[in-house]
Amino acid sequence: MRVNLTVNGSKETVDDVWEGESLLYMLRERMGLPGSKNACEQGECGSCTVYLDGVPACSCLVAAGQAEGREVRTVEGLAEGSTGAGDQRLDPVQEAFVEAGAVQCGFCTPGLVVQSHDLIERVPDPSDAEIREALAGNLCRCTGYEKILDAVRLAARRKAAAR
Amino acid sequence: MRDSEDMDFLRPMTWEDALAAKAAHPGALPVQGGTDVMVEINFDVRRPEALLDLNPVRELAEWDAVDGRLRVGAGVPYVRVIAELGDRLPGLAQASRTVGSPQIRNRGTVGGNLGAASPAGDSHPPLLAGGAEIEVESAARGVRMIPAADFYTGVKRNALEPDELVRAFWTRPAAGPQYFSKIGTRNAMVIAVCSFAIALHPGERRVGTGVGSAAPTPRRAAAAEEFLSAELDWEGRGPLPDSVARRFGDLVREAAAPIDDVRGTADYRRHALAVMARRTLAWAWNDHRAGTAGKEAS
Repeated sequence: MRVNLTVNGSKETVDDVWEGESLLYMLRERMGLPGSKNACEQGECGSCTVYLDGVPACSCLVAAGQAEGREVRTVEGLAEGSTGAGDQRLDPVQEAFVEAGAVQCGFCTPGLVVQSHDLIERVPDPSDAEIREALAGNLCRCTGYEKILDAVRLAARRKAAAR
Repeated sequence: MRDSEDMDFLRPMTWEDALAAKAAHPGALPVQGGTDVMVEINFDVRRPEALLDLNPVRELAEWDAVDGRLRVGAGVPYVRVIAELGDRLPGLAQASRTVGSPQIRNRGTVGGNLGAASPAGDSHPPLLAGGAEIEVESAARGVRMIPAADFYTGVKRNALEPDELVRAFWTRPAAGPQYFSKIGTRNAMVIAVCSFAIALHPGERRVGTGVGSAAPTPRRAAAAEEFLSAELDWEGRGPLPDSVARRFGDLVREAAAPIDDVRGTADYRRHALAVMARRTLAWAWNDHRAGTAGKEAS
């Protein structure tokens, strides 16, 4: 089947989509957007998190056809300038993950970045409890999470300072 | 992926069209948030003749107060149950907070929980304790109202006919304290080992209960409800006798028919249910005595 949707600000049409496939599969295998990661395929790990109409969701649990007519924003679409040509500037959340050493193998990072991005948009100055709750559905097997918490706190401070 | 496999994707834009589609394709699997359905598709556990996407049916994502009751559309996600209905349905909101993770609660719905009818579904115990009714509909026969206690018919089976869809659930706003408790290995992303919900209905001097993940279906603990409704000092609001709490816990335990499985043993489930029943009763009764509803442990 054909699916029409907006991805990272750009209108797209995707053909030959299997009716049972996930949005994650369509993004990665048909649209050249491998940033969202495929790990558990059951919503346990959060590494495929994308915005669907502005709300974070596990893209492995969204049927591709359910994205018809909707707006998807993936990790590839977070950096400033990522929707057009020209220089890109990482989102403060992405910068903070790099600076705080919140990335080791990197597989969970895209999902954590999107989920953290949403948290700071909704709660500009999150408490540690709020950060932990927001990231409860994103598994990381390398970092032990402490550096990730550091990164989110740092990103929140940076975004607050920039406002 | 299996591009060649034959499956339809149905995308009705209105409720009428959804009912017509379900009548024409009784084997179509309704999908709302996808948090159960897509797991089964991804893992090749299920290959329905069609997916029936209910996301475009806008009215399913609405809720309303009708004649003193709440009518909550099958497409209202958990995140909105918590944010918009938490004050009126505290037991269901507590259960909703334990569902999956933020991403899952953004998409998952009570309607989906009802469709899947897993004995471990988190919304079932508070629906049972609150005396909810499920509104289902078919193009051929119109609307049926099914009490939650009659809705669950077996492991992952419900009272829906092949041409019916869940439209909404109906329940009264809490008139007394409500609590939900759930056992799992961590706070997030946990399928209940077992769970329990209690609702006090002081106006009717009645107690409602719901037992989750401890029998082939979610179920009420009817004998426990009857015992406690008669024993509680509703007017005097005196302290809860330890013997009453203990007996209540015992009766809840006896209402369960759990199995040993990967998440826990039957013995453990029975034990945990008795503990959760006593504990949630103490929270609820303390609220009732203090004249508050749903204050603790939220």
